[in-house]
Amino acid sequence: MVPIRNIAVAPSSLTYHDLPWVVQHREDRCTLCGRCTSVCPKEAIYLTYRRQRLPKMVLQASERGSAYRTFYGIRQRTDLAHRCIGCGMCSMVCPNEAIGPHPNANDERARFLDTEKGEPIKRGGRRNSRESLLDRIIFNRISMLTDPALDAGRHEFSVNTLLGRVLPPEEYIRRKAAGEWIPPVREIFPFIIGSMSFGALSPNMWLGLLQGVAYCNEVLGIPVVMATGEGGCPPWVLRSKFLKYIILQIASGYFGWDEIIRALPEMQCDPAAIEIKYGQGAKPGDGGLLMWFKVSKIIARLRGVPEGVDLPSPPVHQTLYSIEESVMKMIQTMSMAWNFKVPVYPKISGSTSAKAVLNNLVRNPYAGALLIDGIDGGTGAAYNISMDATGHPIASNLRECYLDLAAQGKQNEIPLFAAGGVGKNGNVTRNGMALVMLGASGVHMGKYMMQAAAGCLGSERNRCNVCNIGVCPKGITSQNPKLYRRLDPDAVAQRVAETFMAINTEVKKIMAPLGRSQSLPIGMSDAIAIDDQAAADRLKIRYVC
Amino acid sequence: MCRLALKTAAEPFSPYSVLTAMEAMQEGYDGSGLGLLLRGLTFADYRYSPEDPILSGIAHTEESLDRLNELMRAKGFELKYDHDFTVDLREIEAKDRHKYFLRVYKVPVAWKEYSREQAEEQLMLTRVALRLDGETHGGDLTVFSFWPEVAMIKEVGWPLAVGNALGLQDGRLKARVVMAQGRQNTNYGINLYACHPFFIQGIGTMTNGENTAFVPIRDWLLGQHHPAYIGYQSDSEVFTHILHYTLRKLKLPLAAYKHIITPLKTEELQQHPQGDFLLGLRNACRRLIIDGPNCVMGTLPDETCLVVMDHKKMRPCTVGGRPGEWAFASEMCGVDAMIPDRDRSLDFQPMRQHTVIIPPDRKERQIWSQFETLPLPQAA
Ligand code: SF4
Ligand code: SF4
Repeated sequence: MVPIRNIAVAPSSLTYHDLPWVVQHREDRCTLCGRCTSVCPKEAIYLTYRRQRLPKMVLQASERGSAYRTFYGIRQRTDLAHRCIGCGMCSMVCPNEAIGPHPNANDERARFLDTEKGEPIKRGGRRNSRESLLDRIIFNRISMLTDPALDAGRHEFSVNTLLGRVLPPEEYIRRKAAGEWIPPVREIFPFIIGSMSFGALSPNMWLGLLQGVAYCNEVLGIPVVMATGEGGCPPWVLRSKFLKYIILQIASGYFGWDEIIRALPEMQCDPAAIEIKYGQGAKPGDGGLLMWFKVSKIIARLRGVPEGVDLPSPPVHQTLYSIEESVMKMIQTMSMAWNFKVPVYPKISGSTSAKAVLNNLVRNPYAGALLIDGIDGGTGAAYNISMDATGHPIASNLRECYLDLAAQGKQNEIPLFAAGGVGKNGNVTRNGMALVMLGASGVHMGKYMMQAAAGCLGSERNRCNVCNIGVCPKGITSQNPKLYRRLDPDAVAQRVAETFMAINTEVKKIMAPLGRSQSLPIGMSDAIAIDDQAAADRLKIRYVC
Repeated sequence: MCRLALKTAAEPFSPYSVLTAMEAMQEGYDGSGLGLLLRGLTFADYRYSPEDPILSGIAHTEESLDRLNELMRAKGFELKYDHDFTVDLREIEAKDRHKYFLRVYKVPVAWKEYSREQAEEQLMLTRVALRLDGETHGGDLTVFSFWPEVAMIKEVGWPLAVGNALGLQDGRLKARVVMAQGRQNTNYGINLYACHPFFIQGIGTMTNGENTAFVPIRDWLLGQHHPAYIGYQSDSEVFTHILHYTLRKLKLPLAAYKHIITPLKTEELQQHPQGDFLLGLRNACRRLIIDGPNCVMGTLPDETCLVVMDHKKMRPCTVGGRPGEWAFASEMCGVDAMIPDRDRSLDFQPMRQHTVIIPPDRKERQIWSQFETLPLPQAA
């Protein structure tokens, strides 16, 4: 064996076969235009030239023993900082279909070494698991016997849901007669654009979403609302009539709230609701995190901080002594700020203790709902370990809470909203309606909207998922104008409208054969089934095979 | 599809006439059950005083009848009259019918102290206690109603055959209101408690069609932990309990029932004179929204009769009659059979927004639309 002294082989040396994505490049098609290398968000590829020796038999002394060929090509970097993320932007810009990432079918050794400088893997995106229990739930209580089937296209359907505290009927009638306070309730579309902050999303993405939401409400008559996430809301939106489509979030960093408080006297309408974030499904126990390279001028202004600094929110609300107390105090404070005319509700991570929080809310007359975010939720930035392994799946968590409320006859009083993995494999209506029938009054979806409305490249196979470092190749989660100008807000708005039109039709297509059209079938657990006995027992639904 | 017939008249009439109406509509049911509710009952053999409660049901064994006697004695009820049906058991499909009972009791002396409300509560609790007793003994005792002037009969079989088997043609029993349902067995097994009409505290309703929103409604009613919000062998029992909840718990007028089970749309309510109240009511009672196709017919303790349709009006119903005598039926031929000599041009088919009410004086039928103002104290 010949020693290869001059080739460095260190413990963390990798070849492209060790990386999660292997770039395949076809020299016979490449025009050497260089578009792929310039678009690559990770600088994972580079244009280079190589020399190839062409040995040949030499018969005459005047000839050289070997000939050489020089060729040009695209090569993949193998250090972790420049590893290919499989986003596929190179293929998207290549004029000749000469290049593209392929998932590594072999062992992915890079995973073992991705702890450089003692830092565990951090990323954006979602839990890297394609499994979805919700995808296995089917709707099988088809009205065949006594019903003329409903027609999704012809009959009238009421599919909206309620957000806000609903009084027990006797109490409602008493208060109405006595002229007392009735808690605010909003009638909204049950699929809600979940909280994504103005800092996490690019201005173009945010604008596109808002335009789309306004179009859904004002032109299509679908009362869609969207949540801001932590970090406030652009000042012009706070003072516009679009505020009524927006759920403002307050989280442990209170970012953006001085701007909101300043805008209060000038608001033309109330926001849809206030969401108090205590936890997030993707990273339970962590606060929000906006990395310094996303803290642009406008974000800094909005959040009231200097430009270019990391903005971690504390894991808990600092003013609190216990969650019960905090929930109570904050709900009251927020309600008071809007004169008890805006529903206020907490968002928590899916957890075995969700029921305890819920029972606390039942006793709090100002609590407007509970949003539970399951382990499959997404985020702009988190540790891989949090995203992949901490949290609670949404289905059983929600079901437990619903049954607990039902046992007390209070399932109509505190609406439960579910999030985390709705539409993770593209089946958004199916997943959402399954959750509704398990007891949710509605669902929040974030990643799905990014994928459907803006073409986010992320996937549960760890494709892309670099939303945390400001290099989003689609311009969705970047504050760099060079990147976000790729995203046309009008095109996003159009996709939002198309997406909600499609969801609206699919909701009807699910409800019609079940014989339901008058109200959203919340808790209609007799309508659903699953092909797994244990899951069926746990969810108290029918097992089918 | 089940068939429904209801007749109300100032003069008591034989329930058999309503059974003949069922016969006229017979293509609509499969003989899997008949349910009858008689109200304003009079006996040929007994001078009944209308404040005494009547217990109706079936004892399937001698032993269960003994237990029934014992339970009623223990509670302090005194048996005043035990109606003896001229039964021909050979005509009855089921073989475990020991005795169809229809008994008049005198309430315990101690009840004198009770307010009307308390007494009514006790009647309900007694019925429930008897029912539960039957259920804990393998279903050997079935109790349908316990209320003044009301009796119920439920049996498996063709309506006319059941009527004949129980000798209903003999004219010994007459009533001012009779409700009958011929059942088409659907998704639940044949169980006497699953036969319509359903009864709670003097309120009885029956339905045809399927209540697709049954499970969420049932779950909500069960969550109220009301002692008589139980059973639900049929998805239609919730209609009776919702009516009970509307009238007795919410103390709303009868016309509000429709606003609870089939509320108007938000856009419609925004135009409604009481839109604000009704929108809040719809939200508060959201779990009670039914999702027909259904036609619901009912009667109240004061002999008021009503019929409402589901929101999509997916079931037929005809109301016909004349002052003093009215009939509702799911088919026009049913009304013809009950009141043949009426002015047919005045027949009315309720639509999605209507509640047809025949008040106790039976002078005229009232058609109330959801778009009209509700007679509410709150509206003042
Ligand atoms: S797939 Fe994306 S990260 Fe990989 S080489 Fe292509 S552009 Fe770069
Ligand atoms: S496309 Fe942008 S938003 Fe989507 S996963 Fe990649 S970086 Fe994140």
